Order: sequence, then C-alpha cells, then structure tokens
Amino acid sequence: MNSGSTESNPRGAGLGGEVAAPGGTAVAEEDAAPATNGDPGPEKARSLAGDAWRDLRRNPVFLISSGIVLVLIVMAAFPSLFTNADPRYCNLQFSRQAPGDGSLLGYDLQGCDIYARTVYGARASILVGVFATVVVCVVGSLIGMFAGFYGRWVDALLSRFTDIFFAIPLLLGAIIVLATFPSGQGTAEWVTIAKVVLALGVLGWTSVTRIMRSTVIQVKQADYVQAARALGGGTRRILMRHVLPNAMAPVIVYATITLGVFIGVEATLSFLGIGLQPPVISWGIAINSAQDYVRQSPHMLLIPSAFLSVTVLAFIMLGDAVRDAFDPKLR
Amino acid sequence: MATTEPSAAPRPPDAGAAPLLEVDDLHVEFRTRDGVAKAVNGVSYTLSEGETLAVLGESGSGKSVTAQAIMGILDTPPGYVTGGAVRFRGQDLLQLPEEERRAYRGRSVAMIFQDALSSLNPVFPVGWQIAEMFRVHEGLSKKDARARTVDLMDQVRIPAARERVNDYPHQFSGGMRQRIMIAMSIALDPDVLIADEPTTALDVTVQAQIMNLLADLQRERNMGMILITHDLGVVADVADTIEVMYSGRIMEQASVHDIYGAPAHPYTEGLLRSIPRVDLKGQELSAIKGLPPNLSRIPEGCEFRPRCPYAQQICHDTRPPLLEIAPGRFSACHFAQEVLEGDFDNAEQ
Amino acid sequence: MTSTTPSSDAVLDVQNLVKHFPLTTGIVFKRHVGSVQAVDGVSFELRKGETLGVVGESGCGKSTLAKLLMRLEEPTSGRVMYNGENIYDLRGKALREMRRKIQIVFQDPYSSLNPRMTVGDIVGEPYEIHPEAAPKGQRRAKVQELLDIVGLNPEHINRYPHQFSGGQRQRIGIARGLALRPDVIICDEPVSALDVSVQAQVVNLLESLQDEFGLSYIFIAHDLSVVRHISDRVAVMYLGRVAEIGSDAQIYEKPTHPYTQALLSAVPVPDPSVRGQRQQILLSGDVPSPASPPSGCRFRTRCWKATDLCAEQTPELVVRPGSDHESACHYADVREDVVVHH
Repeated sequence: MNSGSTESNPRGAGLGGEVAAPGGTAVAEEDAAPATNGDPGPEKARSLAGDAWRDLRRNPVFLISSGIVLVLIVMAAFPSLFTNADPRYCNLQFSRQAPGDGSLLGYDLQGCDIYARTVYGARASILVGVFATVVVCVVGSLIGMFAGFYGRWVDALLSRFTDIFFAIPLLLGAIIVLATFPSGQGTAEWVTIAKVVLALGVLGWTSVTRIMRSTVIQVKQADYVQAARALGGGTRRILMRHVLPNAMAPVIVYATITLGVFIGVEATLSFLGIGLQPPVISWGIAINSAQDYVRQSPHMLLIPSAFLSVTVLAFIMLGDAVRDAFDPKLR
Repeated sequence: MATTEPSAAPRPPDAGAAPLLEVDDLHVEFRTRDGVAKAVNGVSYTLSEGETLAVLGESGSGKSVTAQAIMGILDTPPGYVTGGAVRFRGQDLLQLPEEERRAYRGRSVAMIFQDALSSLNPVFPVGWQIAEMFRVHEGLSKKDARARTVDLMDQVRIPAARERVNDYPHQFSGGMRQRIMIAMSIALDPDVLIADEPTTALDVTVQAQIMNLLADLQRERNMGMILITHDLGVVADVADTIEVMYSGRIMEQASVHDIYGAPAHPYTEGLLRSIPRVDLKGQELSAIKGLPPNLSRIPEGCEFRPRCPYAQQICHDTRPPLLEIAPGRFSACHFAQEVLEGDFDNAEQ
Repeated sequence: MTSTTPSSDAVLDVQNLVKHFPLTTGIVFKRHVGSVQAVDGVSFELRKGETLGVVGESGCGKSTLAKLLMRLEEPTSGRVMYNGENIYDLRGKALREMRRKIQIVFQDPYSSLNPRMTVGDIVGEPYEIHPEAAPKGQRRAKVQELLDIVGLNPEHINRYPHQFSGGQRQRIGIARGLALRPDVIICDEPVSALDVSVQAQVVNLLESLQDEFGLSYIFIAHDLSVVRHISDRVAVMYLGRVAEIGSDAQIYEKPTHPYTQALLSAVPVPDPSVRGQRQQILLSGDVPSPASPPSGCRFRTRCWKATDLCAEQTPELVVRPGSDHESACHYADVREDVVVHH
C-alpha cells in the first residue's frame, strides 16, 4: 500500500477529510474508508508492523516455521518436557542400538539415548545461534549506522575496516579463533559456548554493517529526515526517531536468516571438533561422533542431522516470510 | 468536424471494414492481498488510421492498465483481463496464443513509456538495442541493421546520430532517451502507437520537442496514436478524440473541441475548471472535492457521485451507462444534457 | 552584486548566493576534478506576505536553492539576511529561533512523512523540538487544531501516513510546517506529485493559510500556470542563475529574456481552438550540464539571439532599457506577437 500508487495498484486507503467543505463529509467518509478487507474498526491505527503482522498471520510458511521455532525454543528452555530419559545416562551395553524397543530413536556409540541427547542438544545450538545473532546485529548495526549517517571520512574509515573483516571467510576465521583458544573437557559449559559465540560474532557482523550502512544512507536522504533537520532537531533525535526505526527492518530480516546459518556453522565447527566440546551436548557433536559409523548405524547421524536441518530451514523460512511481509514494494 | 488539422484522416468510409483498433467492453482486475481491485470496468473505444485518441485520467483511473491490456504486457498475477476484446483490424488479440500475439507486438501495436531511462538496458549501446529490433524481427545482417538504425536515429532528430550510435543510455539526456525509445517503437513501422505519459518526466521545453516529433511521425506514417496523459494542455494541443476515464470507466467521449467547448460530464467539467486561469487570478481555484474512489470499493451507482456537485438520488441508485447524447458525443451521466447546457450553474440546489 | 537596496518589508534578502558541489574521484584519496555549479550567484528578496514563484527546468538549481534557504546546505558563498542577520552566521539559540520561523513543505508526500510515526507525532514533533512553543499539556489540542486548519479530521491524529492519500499527506506536511507559526514557508514543488483534481485543493489551502497567518511563500514549481496563479512575483531560473525576475504580469505578459519567452511558449494551452495558432519557440538541444556550464550567458548555447558578446560577457540581472523589470540578457527585449494568426 506504500507503493507510489501507480495505475497497477489499487488506490491507497483514503480516509475522507479531503473534503474541504465540512458539509457532505459523511458520505465521503463512508465511501473513502480504507480497504482493510473486513478488518473492523476504521479508527484503529495500523502501523507498518501491524500490516506486516496481518499478512504474516495468514501466511502458511510463517505459521509453520514459527511453530517449529516455538517448539525448539520450548525444547531448549525445558528439555525435560519432551523426554524423561537422562541424556547423560549412558550404557555401553546399548551401544549403537537401532530405534525400537526401550528407546524411541535408538542409542549412540556410548549407549546414550539419542532422542534425549537431541532434545537436550537444542539448547546449546539455539543459545549459540541467538547470542551470535545478537552480537552480530548490535555490533554491525552500530558501525553501519555511524558509517552511513556521518559519511565522509567516518564512512571511509569504518567501511575499509569492515572490508578487512569481510575478506576473511566466516568458517575459516572461526576455525582460527577456536584453534587458537581451544576448549577442553575441563572448560565450563558456558565458556565453551561463549567462545563459539565470539568466534562467530567477530567475523559475522560485516554483512549487517553493510546492510545497515546502505539503508541508513537511503533513509537519511528521505524528506522526513530533512524536515526534522529543518525544524532544528538534534542528531540524537534524528537517529533515534527517524533513521533507526526506518532502517531496522532489513537487519531484523537478515537476523532471522542468519540465526539459522549460525546454528549450522556451530554444528560444522563442532563436527570439526573445535566448536562445542563434550560434556556439552549439541547436535554438531552428535553428528561428529556418528561420522565413523554412517554405514553401520545411520540413525546416529540421521536423527541429529534432521533436527539441525529442520531448525535451520525453519529460521530461514521465517526470515523469508518476515522479509516479504515488511517489503513495501509488495504492498 | 472533429479537427481543423489536415493531418487527421477521417474514419474509414466503408462501415464494413474492420477498424484499425477496437477495444470492446474490456474488464481488468487486480487480485491483491487486500482484495480485488477492479481497475478497468467495461472500456470501449475505437481508433482509426491517422487518428490521435487521448485517454485522459488521474492516477488509478485505469488509463494505463487499459493500454497494458491492449499490448498484452499486463503483470499476471496480480492483473487479469476478465472480459472483453481487443481487436486489431478485426482480429481479437486476447484470443491469440502468446506466440502469435508476440508477432503483433512492435509490428502492429507499439508502445512508449513515461520513464525512458528504466526502459532502456543500461549495459548495451543504444544503437545496438535499436539494431536488435531489425536483426530479430526482420533478420537483417549486422551491417544493414546498423544502417537502418542510424537512419532511424536521424528520423527522431538525434543530432550526430552516426557518432552517437555506440553511446550508452546514461550518456544521453532525458529528452534524447525518450527519442531513442520512440525510435525503437517505430522501428518496425507499427500501425498503432500507444504513448503512455510520454512527456510527464520531461521539462516543458523538451516536452514541446517530443510532442512535435510524435505528431510529425504520426502524420508521415499515418499511424493511429493513443495518447495516455493527465495533462489537459497536451491533450488540447494534439488530440482528435478524447476518452475521459474515471474509476476504470469512460465518463465522457467526444471530439476535443466539443469537450473543451462544453463538457457533458461533471467530472470533465471539474477537471477543466480546476486549471488555473489568468482571468481568475486572486480567486480560489474551483477544485473537485474529495478523492478518487478506492478501486476495491467502488461506490454503488455513479462512481463520481461522492464528489459530484449535482448528485441526486438517482445517481445513488443507478449507474449511468455511457450513452450518445449528441452525434459523436457520449457521456455517462444521468444529467448529461443539463451539464452540457450549463443548467446546473443557473439553478444550483 | 545586482541586489537593489532591500525595501524595509523584506523578510528574506538573498544576496549573491552560490553553491558548488565538488566533484571527486577515488575512494580513499579523493581528487577534486571539478564542481557542479548548482546555484551560482542568485539574489532576490522576499517581501512580507508575498509569494515569490521560482520556476525553471530540472537542473536549474531551484531545489538546491530551497535547501540553502532552509540552511539544510551551507553555501559556497553569499548571504541570506533574515531579520537583519545572515542565517549562515547563526548559532545555538538564534539558529533555533530561525528554524522556527522558516519552514518547508516538500514535493513528495510519500517520503516527507516518517512512516513509523502517527500523524499526531509528526505534526507534534515541532513542539517536542521547540518545547517553549507549546506547553506539554496543550500539544495534543494544538495538533488537532492544526489538522482542522488544513482540512483533515482531527480525530485521525492516531493514524499513520500510509492510511492517507497523496493530497491528504501533503496537508499533513503543511500542518507540520505551520505548527511553529513561521514567517516564511518554502514550498518545494508542493503540488507536482498530486493529481490534477487534488492540486487545486492544495493550492487553495496554501492561499487561504497565507491570508490567515500572514505567511510569505517561496513557491518553487515547474508548472507555470500554477505559479502564475499563486505568485505575486516570479523568478525564472536557468542553470543556477536567475534569468529574469518581476511581477507575475511582467514575467508572463512582457517577458524579455529569450529563455522565459521560450519556456512560456512551450507550455501547452488547454484550449484546442488556439491549436496551430500559437507560435512556439522550439529550443534546440538540452540544458547543458551544470558541471560544465557555458561561458558568459548560460543560455547562449540554445539561444537564437546569441552573439560573441554572450560568450564573452556574463549578462547582469538589471532592468534593461525599454523594460520595467530585471532581466539577465544583453539583448533583452519584449517579444511581440506571442500569438500569431496564420
């Protein structure tokens, strides 16, 4: 609805009041009421976010992906809701037993319950994903905002700085960082997770910076920013009231996609043996320990991989749906 | 009687021959997330050789959508032609399969757009883009196509065409780019040229050049031209016949002199009155109150009723059809005769 | 340089305003390779309660001029005197005071309103930036009053811009510009983006507000008939300079600058009965780039009167013999027979 209201679009919602003479407003009001498809309450204010939410609620991709994400979050927070088995209780006697009697999804090499370990593994994976995304978005947005808003030498400096980090591949950089500061069996669980988060955060922010910088450059040229400057509004007001709220949408969308990617990278690092380390329970570790027995006991690999794939897919689909809902060009 | 210009050919004398282009009861709708917008609701008009037909309307009136439907370049989805016919010399283009229809595009009916910059491919020289028309459609050799291209660029009065043929679109000014677009559209010698707001993005002095060019080309080639615009000045300068569109329907159809002399629809009247005039300086402009309707919620009865100063109960109850009120004049207003004769001005309620 | 002594009722006195944008190449080590001479020596004054129309084609510098007058850009040189002070020298409190008194209405009703703020927040923002203008408790009422003044329903205060049409959004922008009771409003193409039937509504609104609040307008537009309707005086700009300035009647009926004459003759007249009877001056070619403007008179490359003198000497904006208003042409002359009957 935000589009330039060209011929090919239905007219944007008009709401009466255009009528100069007060008389006859009643008719015009009724006829020009907004086209909100049965959405009641013409007096209710609708923000862009509100519009996006209305679309999302009707989008099956969003409903499915957000449903999966919700289940995963509950799983990460309260794994005991999903299983009674203790993931740390292992009995070698059950080693590599296929799904069937006694266990829903079989046992791994150590004879631990795979279903329980997978459920408990969600926490580490999602923690890494969420925290890495938060770090990346905060750091990246700040740098991008300043570069875009101030321009000139600030931009030149920050952009070149970003380029340097951008040139290092995420996985390679993370491997180097984690290989330099290895975690062992004795390292506390949260320290291990923090290391992985930082390894991803140190190199992952560059894309957010670039996205933020370009949207800020675009937004700061908008007439409403000029209007605020013309009114004498200070830099802080302009940044917080006008620039940031209008530049956040692409970053939020990128964040949801990136969250899925980070979970995948965490699994890769753990698979390579340098990410999360036992005794932490994670999908990556489970996949790693399954690699030697793919032929004999494929279930050891397939089950954590399936969870990983579905999770990554759910976040990426969620990101896609959110992006479409916020895209003013599709309105 | 329609025109004083010798250029305009009369309508074909033998009524049996199919007209050059005939739009018949065309319906187009857009199915969007916010509902169905009825963009075109039963538009009919006829275009003859050498005639300039102006389609006048505001944004959302359906004037460009009609043209897109004629060209077969409607974005589907969300746009769908839901009824009617577009006949080129009697052949209904809407019934043709896509491959056959493509043969008509450019060769029989060509179109130029408002925004020449985005209509040209920025990574190829303009000469190459024009020459491609000849190579693809007429199978000319590279050398012949190039010669024709230079010739064509001369015809649209691009100075030093031979030297500029290898330049890229961004090296040309807005007016020159529009000339290149015109060159491409007439390359295959079409019978009908649709010009969709061809000068809206241009400055006044350049607009005059382009309109003159179009008029000359039309005269030389005896093309029928559909000029889509919202500019009442441009229409008065070049049109033979005018279709006034509002809310996806034709409100009034007549020769240019009839309409400017005495409009027969309150909307046309309102548009003409809202033009600032020298003798009324210092007075309030006479504006049409209100807004064009939302196409998803077109009012019952007459579409223009909510904004019409003369609206009566019947306008609420019945949608007025487009009827012939005088020879060659059509109006979709219950009170066309009264508007035409200015009765309302004397006896306003 | 040619500015006449400012009359006592001048609100704004623009003196030889220049804005050149540097053109650079390279990313890290920037090299200066020239400049775009967007505004190059513009002088005029705006009197109290009057509307000064500024017309010209794209690239003539009228939008840059608007930004300079708002002090959204700093000039390369020149002054704009407001209340006896150069607005580019103002700092701190005095600058804030000036910002209250000079306001702007933008062309594009879609990009001039923050889509994430309600109408109430947008129109009320001036009061947040200048809290002294309205006590906190009264702001909502003031905003509603403003909405009423510009012809919008005051109850729509909680709606968002995208719920309004183009014409209504332009009214919201006008309400924001009006909030601090300014002396001057710069209207930068305020009706160009609107439909014909809505344009007239907004023009009427601007005129009635001018009467009600004693505003002075600088009305920038390319639509010559709208400018004529609303303006008391008109300045014609070409490539960063004023070509001709005078009352609306002087400019429209007795133009002396060839560019003004060509511009006026090119405007299509909404009257088919004069078709073929108007003598149009068809200018050849396009406006040269402001990055490399012609020497001397900037219009000479498209002018049918141009001589060697025009290339050598820049014509000053002065009242020429046989005319009653200023024109920047060596051969300024009233052109007879604007309408030739064949």
